Amino acid sequence: MSTTKASSEAPLEGGRRGLLRRRPVAGTPAAAARDRRRSKQRRRLANVAGLMAALVLTGVGYSAFAPGAIAADERSDSESIAVEAGRELYVLSCITCHGSNLQGVEDRGPSLIGVGSASVYFQVSTGRMPLVRQEAQAPEHPVMFTEAEIAQLMAYVQANGGGPTVPSGDLRDGELAEGGELFRLNCASCHNFVGEGGALSSGKRAPSLDGLTDAQIYAAMLTGPENMPVFGDNQLTPEEKRSVIDYVQTIQDQADPGGVPIGRAGPVAEGLVLWVAGVGALLFGIFWMGTKA
Amino acid sequence: MATTTAAPGAPTTKIGQAALEFDDRLIVAGPLRRTLNKVFPDHWSFLLGEIALYCFVILLLSGTYLTFFFDATMQEVVYEGSYSPLRGVEMSAAYESTLGISFDVRGGLLIRQIHHWAALLFVAAIVVHLLRIFFTGAFRRPRETNWLIGVVLLVLALLMGVTGYTLPDDLLSGTGLRIISAIILSIPVIGTWAHWAVFNGDFVGTEIIGRFYIVHVLILPAIILALIAAHLLILVKQKHTQFPGAGRTEHNVVGNRLFPAFAGKATALLFIVFGLCAALGGLVQINPIWLWGPYNPAQVSAGSQPDWYIGFLDGSTRLFPAWDLNLPGDYTIPALFWPTVVGAGLMFTVLALYPMIERKLTGDTASHHLLQRPRDVPVRTSAGAMALTFYVVLWISGGNDVIAEKFDLSLNAMIWFGRIGCLVLPPFAYWLTYRLCIGLQRHDREVLEHGIETGVIRRLPSGEFIEVHQPLGPVDEHGHGQLAYGGASVPKKMNQVGGARRAIKGFFKPVEEPAEVQRQAELEARGLESEQSDRQSITSGRPSEGGRPSEGGRPQAPRD
Repeated sequence: MSTTKASSEAPLEGGRRGLLRRRPVAGTPAAAARDRRRSKQRRRLANVAGLMAALVLTGVGYSAFAPGAIAADERSDSESIAVEAGRELYVLSCITCHGSNLQGVEDRGPSLIGVGSASVYFQVSTGRMPLVRQEAQAPEHPVMFTEAEIAQLMAYVQANGGGPTVPSGDLRDGELAEGGELFRLNCASCHNFVGEGGALSSGKRAPSLDGLTDAQIYAAMLTGPENMPVFGDNQLTPEEKRSVIDYVQTIQDQADPGGVPIGRAGPVAEGLVLWVAGVGALLFGIFWMGTKA
Repeated sequence: MATTTAAPGAPTTKIGQAALEFDDRLIVAGPLRRTLNKVFPDHWSFLLGEIALYCFVILLLSGTYLTFFFDATMQEVVYEGSYSPLRGVEMSAAYESTLGISFDVRGGLLIRQIHHWAALLFVAAIVVHLLRIFFTGAFRRPRETNWLIGVVLLVLALLMGVTGYTLPDDLLSGTGLRIISAIILSIPVIGTWAHWAVFNGDFVGTEIIGRFYIVHVLILPAIILALIAAHLLILVKQKHTQFPGAGRTEHNVVGNRLFPAFAGKATALLFIVFGLCAALGGLVQINPIWLWGPYNPAQVSAGSQPDWYIGFLDGSTRLFPAWDLNLPGDYTIPALFWPTVVGAGLMFTVLALYPMIERKLTGDTASHHLLQRPRDVPVRTSAGAMALTFYVVLWISGGNDVIAEKFDLSLNAMIWFGRIGCLVLPPFAYWLTYRLCIGLQRHDREVLEHGIETGVIRRLPSGEFIEVHQPLGPVDEHGHGQLAYGGASVPKKMNQVGGARRAIKGFFKPVEEPAEVQRQAELEARGLESEQSDRQSITSGRPSEGGRPSEGGRPQAPRD
């Protein structure tokens, strides 16, 4: 603060001196006295004006610079508060498997150093973490933390090693058709054409994409949770990721023009409907006709 | 013929005269009368084949509509239609025109869905019909030819389905096409040549959709139509089989005439099948190809399955271990060859030859027009159950990834369930079915000998409790029935021999006055003739006189 003030005053004084130096000096004593008086008055006036100007400028400068400085202080304060709160949550809920310094515990949980807040956001906000027990894959259960607490955990992990973060803004801002092509090429082999999900080996599975937020899909692509590969920005650019999200969310929300979608699960569901409802109804029909012998 | 219709009394009405003029020229009255008077036996299970027939009619009608709008070429186009998530995507003209049928043609999606549902139902009806024929022994001499035609029709129906669902050239069917290509390639020696012949080059080429189209809309329907005609002509010529029962012998057919009773039923069934397909097509979405996307060999989706009737082949492929046979001299027989070409080949060969196999094993070369109850032929019934179990395990395995995903099971566990299950469950099914058949046979004999359990417990003067049994016919000095088993169903409950008040007619609501039914029942009880006695053979309270329980109470040697 003080340095800001000094720097704002310094050019002002220089300017006043320069103004005096440029004044012409008269010959006669009376004139000189008059001039001296005048110049004294002027100097006084100039002093007052300069002081006033300095005060105004200081005020303006203060109002311009000081709040920013205070806010910066508050941010770093709240960040450290969030990190601290995140650390407390971490110690309560995560430390058993991820270790006291996020370094991970063998056979329990991986290191969280460098995974970034995106990973924390995906794992915690979809209810995968904290894990109930070790399984083939973390099942989704009801989310354990509030949004504020998730943000604190994200801050804590981000503060210890950094890593990828989920961008803000509109995450569906992409090309719909291109997103479809990218989805079928990169995602459908595990998540199915329509994001219904699919089975992987030994009890692992690619989950359904139904009901996920844009940020969760983005975070999943960025961090590659569980068995999913990481789709870094050099594989799918942020624009392409937004296109994929646009496609996924569009077809999830889209109505089914053909009627009941039966899970959009394809021929297995169709076969089930055919045998249970179709053949069932027909057998009912011919039994009925049989009773009318 | 023309003279006989004119001689006794010339028709006086306008229609009659017109018919006479018609008959004078074409001479149809005689054959028509014979046809209309043809007797069909009456049993619900005899309608199953008809369902398949009506499905085929629906398929022809709906398929014809689809051909007006379908473009069976693989020319690359850029989609500019009304489905926005695909706008600007490169695709084949076949896929684009299918999208057009779904979104831009009036009624196109409905007809497409009716066509697809009817196709699924067509094969299902054929299979259920085949099971009925198999388990009742209707394939025995003289009907082996019709069995063979039926099996060929089943295989053609499967090919019809495969060529049909491949036509839209979407990502799902393209994945199936890739597997078809791999299966053809896996055939030893001729594989590559066969593939080049079918695809006109390497996969996927530019020809296959056009070729499948002609096969699907012209060649296969023509063959199927001809075989259905032969199937029905042979059926009419040989006359329908019937279940054993009162008055039914190897030399007659007991049932309703074609006109009006049977024709009425057949028409009703036609409308039921049409209605069902329309309801499914209108209410339940099938094969939403716009969600699958256009075919691109670089892409594949999880949960890609064929339609249900090919599911067993997908299952067998999933279950079969990856045993490539590496022969000396740089020859390899891929593992895929065994579960597909060999597996399906064996299954359909055994199925087609089953009548001959059974004839060889039993030595029974006689002609049969009376059907058998499945319990009376336990070996065949159990063998059928065994084959069916094997099929169902393969079928389930064809969708094992979807089942694993939906039911939170391990896919590996599903694979091993299938591998072990397809070996262990069929013998178990054989044993279980055999025991069930024997148990049911014994119970039939027991009821014939001791009568129906009435549920009435009587205490004798000596203090002994006995349950009163209702004999089904005359008894000997020990109280044992003398009726022999006649291959027909034996009543097991008093209701079936008139022990209960007659059921009031009406399906959803009674169409008879309950008081009137009560009065009639009282009249019957007093031994008076009921006013409506046309059902007496089934509901009579005196089973010894022409009811279902016996054939006039005459003792017969057991049939098995």
